[in-house]
Amino acid sequence: MVDHAGAMADRVWRRYDRKQRLTRYAALLITVMVVYWAVRDIDIFWPWVWDAPNQISNLGARMWPPDPSRLAAITNALLETVHIATLATALTIFIALPVSYIAAQNTTPNRACLWLGRFILVSSRSVNTIIWALLFVAIFGPGVLAGILAIMFRSVGFIGKLMGEAIEEIDRRPVEAMEATGASKAKVIAYAIVPQVMPAFFAIVILRWDINIRESTVLGLVGAGGIGVILQGAIDTFAWPTVATILIAIIVLVLIGEAVTGLLRRKVL
Amino acid sequence: MTPPDHADVPRTWRKPPFIANPALRYGLWLAVIVYLIWAFGSLPFNWERISEGLPRAARIFGGGFPPSFERSGLLITGFKESFQIAILATLLGVALSIPFAVMAARNVAPKPIYLLGRAVIIVSRSFHPVIVAILFVAAVGFGPLAGILTLTVYSIGFVGKLLAEEIEEIDWGQVEAMKAVGAGYFATLVYAVFPQILPRQVGLSMYQLDSNLRASAVVGIVGAGGIGGTLMNAFGRYDYDFAFAILLTIIAVILVSEGISGWVRKKIW
Amino acid sequence: MLEISKLVKRYGRDKPVLKELDLTVEGSSVVSIVGASGAGKSTMLRCINRLVEPTSGSIKLNGTELVRLKGRELRRTRRKIGMVFQGFNLIDRLTVMENVLAGRLGYVNLFQAITRRYPQSDIERAFQLMERVGIAHYANKRADELSGGERQRVGVVRALMQEPEILLADEPTASLDPRTSEQIMKLLHSLAHELSLPVLINIHNVAQAKAYTERIVGLRHGRMIFDGAPAGFGKEALDAIYGGIETAEEEITAEPGRSTQGVAHDST
Repeated sequence: MVDHAGAMADRVWRRYDRKQRLTRYAALLITVMVVYWAVRDIDIFWPWVWDAPNQISNLGARMWPPDPSRLAAITNALLETVHIATLATALTIFIALPVSYIAAQNTTPNRACLWLGRFILVSSRSVNTIIWALLFVAIFGPGVLAGILAIMFRSVGFIGKLMGEAIEEIDRRPVEAMEATGASKAKVIAYAIVPQVMPAFFAIVILRWDINIRESTVLGLVGAGGIGVILQGAIDTFAWPTVATILIAIIVLVLIGEAVTGLLRRKVL
Repeated sequence: MTPPDHADVPRTWRKPPFIANPALRYGLWLAVIVYLIWAFGSLPFNWERISEGLPRAARIFGGGFPPSFERSGLLITGFKESFQIAILATLLGVALSIPFAVMAARNVAPKPIYLLGRAVIIVSRSFHPVIVAILFVAAVGFGPLAGILTLTVYSIGFVGKLLAEEIEEIDWGQVEAMKAVGAGYFATLVYAVFPQILPRQVGLSMYQLDSNLRASAVVGIVGAGGIGGTLMNAFGRYDYDFAFAILLTIIAVILVSEGISGWVRKKIW
Repeated sequence: MLEISKLVKRYGRDKPVLKELDLTVEGSSVVSIVGASGAGKSTMLRCINRLVEPTSGSIKLNGTELVRLKGRELRRTRRKIGMVFQGFNLIDRLTVMENVLAGRLGYVNLFQAITRRYPQSDIERAFQLMERVGIAHYANKRADELSGGERQRVGVVRALMQEPEILLADEPTASLDPRTSEQIMKLLHSLAHELSLPVLINIHNVAQAKAYTERIVGLRHGRMIFDGAPAGFGKEALDAIYGGIETAEEEITAEPGRSTQGVAHDST
């Protein structure tokens, strides 16, 4: 952080350079123009915008007080949400590790594997969980399986990319030493690579589990299981006090998730 | 640990276990197994429907290839709206995140304000944008306005948190210097705090523009405008070739946007 | 017996690093290879166990031609060639014992390797060797908790676990302080005689080379320009090897400075 601040301070001194100044003005001008275009062109009925604060506070008022009568169902749905996130994260590991192995430049068997690995990672990462869920609901019908698959397909890219980077950053020297003992490729991986990426692995999986808990709260909105199903139902029936309870429950879940990941990080790492 | 002294006793060695306490070690294994049984047992899988999955997948992918770009007009309109949502939400979000970040920074905000600022940030970070979108759609109706509001909240949560952490780490000497010359609270903020965090803010906005663009593709699924709505419609009408065309375009746009955002941030930092 | 003949190594299209090098090492002698940085010492050593692919030439260990070996054959031969590294090349997050047993990786199967269920004979040999170099009490310590000299002892024991027919040491003391590096040289010297093992040591420190080895080979620009007993290694040979190279003085004499650099590099 200190270094960073130092670098920034340096930059400030150089900003009176003519070319940089022009670039700055050009960037500002382009930003203003783009924003102007966006505001003029966007398909918004402006009187609604001025009415929006009213509408929002209206909705807020309808939610108050939260109605706890369906708490049992909500708790069950929350558990389902956690299960989806946990199982999906656990299953993802089995796919993400081989993919990261072939997608890391220093371990990939050949160029074809490297590109295959990168293709898998990029396509997994560029499609949002909820879009994956849409696809899997269309294939397997509404339910938790679609949810688990959606979370898995998105997580493979995340875990795979970060693990690939961790593999690329390992110290080469133990690998060299293991090769010199006459160890086969598999043994070199087990001794020189696995121990080095272990801490990164735990950190990445824990991080992704935390993210997956958040993501699995919305799966139900497209029918892929979890708390979202109840939320959608409550919204559709205008049961706003129940909606409020569900929202509070989600916050509690996310905070618990954060506390658990914080605890795990301290215990494991 | 220590090997026995007399050498004639055959010495053995086993790898010290990762968790030293055997009760805890086997307890953890047991817990994992019990959890897996519980989770799989309690999740409602509709096997009948799932077993239809493969033929359905064949039908979907068969119908989806080749992707059809025939209705490119609809595609372009959708993307234009997504861009507009992302741009306006980034602008609003980044601007609004500054006051919230100041509120949520322990070192510059009074305690009650700090708690309020933290609460706003925690709440806006806890909810997945899709959930926020559904609420805004309910409050202000279908369309890009709900999308902009959603992503503004999302941006406040993300940028506000990072910025608050940044403010907490600023060089306190400059603040004291400003106080020493008798500057008021806001003058101190403007002259001693903002200059230290603004360079980072520019980089963060680029990052946020990129992630807002990603998110704007999904908030449309619940009716908050943009390409997500178009995708949802295509899926709903079993228009799989158009849906796959949209998906491919989304992937392409996200890759390009990620590239640009990365390039700009590298230039700035 | 190790016979190197007409060994050439060139990286890409650059000038060759090794130019038709010939070297024969017989019996159990300790040979030191001296030369300035970039003279090709490290490349030569790594050509022997094929961590570096030679461009042409022949390397024979006890009659087996090493240059053409591939896959399983190559791994079987590598087992017979122990190597000690400048940066120790230990696996920091594993215990000392695991690092030592890693020397048996070429002999055990994958299941044994992963579960660390090594044969009893290997474990006993490991304890014997660790006791011999004085690190047995560290068996269950993590490798990165040890000091530099102790780490290098682990490196030596790991190489000896291979039951090697020859031991290669690539600057084994360059990352250590002067006193520790003396100890390591002494250790290599006496182990060579106890186990009647030929040892090739790349070394910068000419004084140590003279004190602890029986034969000195001088390399310059990929060619051998000195080969003889330490007694015959005088001022002329030194000039021939290092002469005209600016940093020569420093490299020969200022060993402590170098060693701190090496340790700092290692700890990153």
